[in-house]
Amino acid sequence: MRAWQRALLHRCMQAAMVGLVVGVLTFFVMRTLPGDAAYRIAAARYGYDLVDSAAAAAVRNELGLDGPWLAALLSWLSDLARGNLGVSMVSGEPVWHELWHELGASAQLALATLSLVILGGVPIGIACGLQPGHRLDRLSLALAVVLRAIPPFALGLAGMLLFAVQLPVLPAAGHGDSASLWLPALTLALPLSATAARVVRQAVVTVAGSAYWAFARTKGLPLRVVLWRHGLRNAAVPVVSWLGVQAVLLVEGVVIVETLFARPGLGHAMVHAVFGRDVPMIQGTALVLGLLFVAFNATIDAACLALDPRQRA
Amino acid sequence: MAGAGALLAGRPACAQASPQAGPTLRIVGPWEIAGLEPATSGHFFTRLQVCETLVEADDTGRLQAGLAQSWAPAEQGRLWRFDLRENARFHDDSAVSAEAVARGLRRALQRPGPLRLAPVEALNAEGRTLHVRLREPFALLPALLAHSSAMVLGPASFDARDQVVRIIGSGPYRVTTLTPPQRVVVAATDPALRVQRASYLNASRAETRALMAESGQADMAIALDPASLARLRQVTSVRVVQVTVPRTLILKVNSGHPWLSDVRARRALSLAIQRTGIARGLLRDAELAATQLLPPTLTGWHQPSLSPLAFDAASARALWAELGWRPGPDGILQRGGERFELSLRTFPDRPELPLIAAAIQEQLRQTGIACRVLIGNSGDVPRHHRDGSLMLALAARHYALTPDPLGTLMQDFGAQGGDWGAMNWGHPALTQAIARLTRQDGDAAPWRAQIVRVLHDELPVIPIAWYRQNVAVAPPLAGIALDPLERQWRLTDMPWPGGGHA
Repeated sequence: MRAWQRALLHRCMQAAMVGLVVGVLTFFVMRTLPGDAAYRIAAARYGYDLVDSAAAAAVRNELGLDGPWLAALLSWLSDLARGNLGVSMVSGEPVWHELWHELGASAQLALATLSLVILGGVPIGIACGLQPGHRLDRLSLALAVVLRAIPPFALGLAGMLLFAVQLPVLPAAGHGDSASLWLPALTLALPLSATAARVVRQAVVTVAGSAYWAFARTKGLPLRVVLWRHGLRNAAVPVVSWLGVQAVLLVEGVVIVETLFARPGLGHAMVHAVFGRDVPMIQGTALVLGLLFVAFNATIDAACLALDPRQRA
Repeated sequence: MAGAGALLAGRPACAQASPQAGPTLRIVGPWEIAGLEPATSGHFFTRLQVCETLVEADDTGRLQAGLAQSWAPAEQGRLWRFDLRENARFHDDSAVSAEAVARGLRRALQRPGPLRLAPVEALNAEGRTLHVRLREPFALLPALLAHSSAMVLGPASFDARDQVVRIIGSGPYRVTTLTPPQRVVVAATDPALRVQRASYLNASRAETRALMAESGQADMAIALDPASLARLRQVTSVRVVQVTVPRTLILKVNSGHPWLSDVRARRALSLAIQRTGIARGLLRDAELAATQLLPPTLTGWHQPSLSPLAFDAASARALWAELGWRPGPDGILQRGGERFELSLRTFPDRPELPLIAAAIQEQLRQTGIACRVLIGNSGDVPRHHRDGSLMLALAARHYALTPDPLGTLMQDFGAQGGDWGAMNWGHPALTQAIARLTRQDGDAAPWRAQIVRVLHDELPVIPIAWYRQNVAVAPPLAGIALDPLERQWRLTDMPWPGGGHA
């Protein structure tokens, strides 16, 4: 069996384990949470004007919330084995249907953000790495500290004020058209680009300090050629790993930005599902996030294998 | 790179953002479309005039013809006949039949909503007439039928399991795009209407809604926070329109608690609350300080002659002393070894609630009451009401869920109390007045006055502030009048420059 086949098999098994563990764990976590699920679900469904004990009793009855937990868990697992994630307790829609809508929006935002990070952060990082301690390097460090310190909520609002109100060139919020992707993507990409620049810079500094770099320079190759032939590929390995982790975080952890810009997304869906005790939706979201994690890891591994022949042995 | 490609391909939306340029009227609001069930999301489809209820209401709550052109009681109020409007059709072009209406109402009776208050025995269709048979006379039935949870859907809206899978209404607008939980787009069925297309987008943050209005991305931004409101008033590209709505911020009191069962204790709590300070400082509108439970816009119910609820910390302390409470070494009242410590539950669905809870906590402390604020889910209030462990709860109660506030008042202050109203409290004069009004026994005014007076004197819930709905609108909409009952966004009446020629 070749290295990539072994890796793929390993990841598939990992995915199955993650699915099982995440599903069972969320099931028990939701069962042990304090409070009465029927009231939570009724509040999420009908809003605070109509939630009352009668509504909660109707929800309890409809969803069989008083039933034995083992039967509920087994039924979820057998549904899962058949690829059925059930229906949302709040909206009554199939969980797959909702997740597909949310995942699409999350993936779009993550991809747009990463593209901006690669276009902005990577070139600056390379430039800083080639001249460590130079003015640009110091400026990039200061910028990274400032941009990481500003909460995304404040950065997003500032972006809205500047680009939507003062110079009206972008829509303030919303989704569905590509223009509305700019501001949330910029809000996420700015601090991330600043950090990316530091990660790239460090990788380039390491490569530029290596013997093969010195040899290439000594034999008279111009900097541009050394960077292109020997530098980028070697420096890319840690950068790709770091970007992969960021991509996962972007898909699952951008609730604040999604809420601020009135966008759908997995993080947003998960938080709402937790508030409303929508167990099938929480299990579905957690499962998709877990599987995404595995998929991203597999992709990063594959990318690193492709970049670094030494790992293929 | 696909994301960057999408970004680079995108044109700034402001090119189409000017309200004059496009006929789509863009509404943003804080409500999520949690599903298609009328009990859950009916209010979207009635506000967007996609679906109709049998009975409608004007600004004052007076009932108007809806899908039913007329209605009348018979058999001493035990049978109601509703005659459907001639030529009413659903958006799939099927005729609105009394049978379709009966089916929808039978579903509504099984689900949460005010209609469950009605003692309905049977619903029968006969031609274009719907017969509602009651177990006892109940004059409030037409008002309950005006609630969005009783909206009428076409038979094609349901699947084989009786679930709502699409919205097919009979109103002047039909749904063209529906992407829960955030977006719905509707189009006019009549080319003569000015608003030919309208969209609703859920934007949870008030700041986002305000900025969308300010940047011209929304033509109506509903529910603004006080800070954004102050800013938008300075901006020329947006107008702010307001209406006082029949929603009151109340402090629900467990009147069965040994410390709070005496009416003097509830009065002392009320006297400790500095309503003007809360209204001015947190709601940024001093006029919203409640002087009684129901606001002046509910003209048939508000009683200008009642002495206004006031702040008087000294009188509050005197009342506590009368009840045997004495300040302890830390300033907190004590009686027979008990320390006066209460818990106050609230929830963050309305962002001002936790802030106001903190203000009340401090105001109560100044009269010697320690108060622990517990912020949880809105469902916690009815839950702890039922298990008896609730002491105080802060909530914003809508008193005109049905056009006649009686529907909400009888839910909240009936003999058994209510999840969002009285707890362990009842008053024969109030029960009697509610019974007379539900039977429509003579002139309503004195009975309404009696209800309001009893609630004012007994304080089973302590009114704190009224609410104003604030909406930022594009300049062409500056003259619109908002619906104080929040039933409709009145798309058909909008002075909108695009679209048809009405």
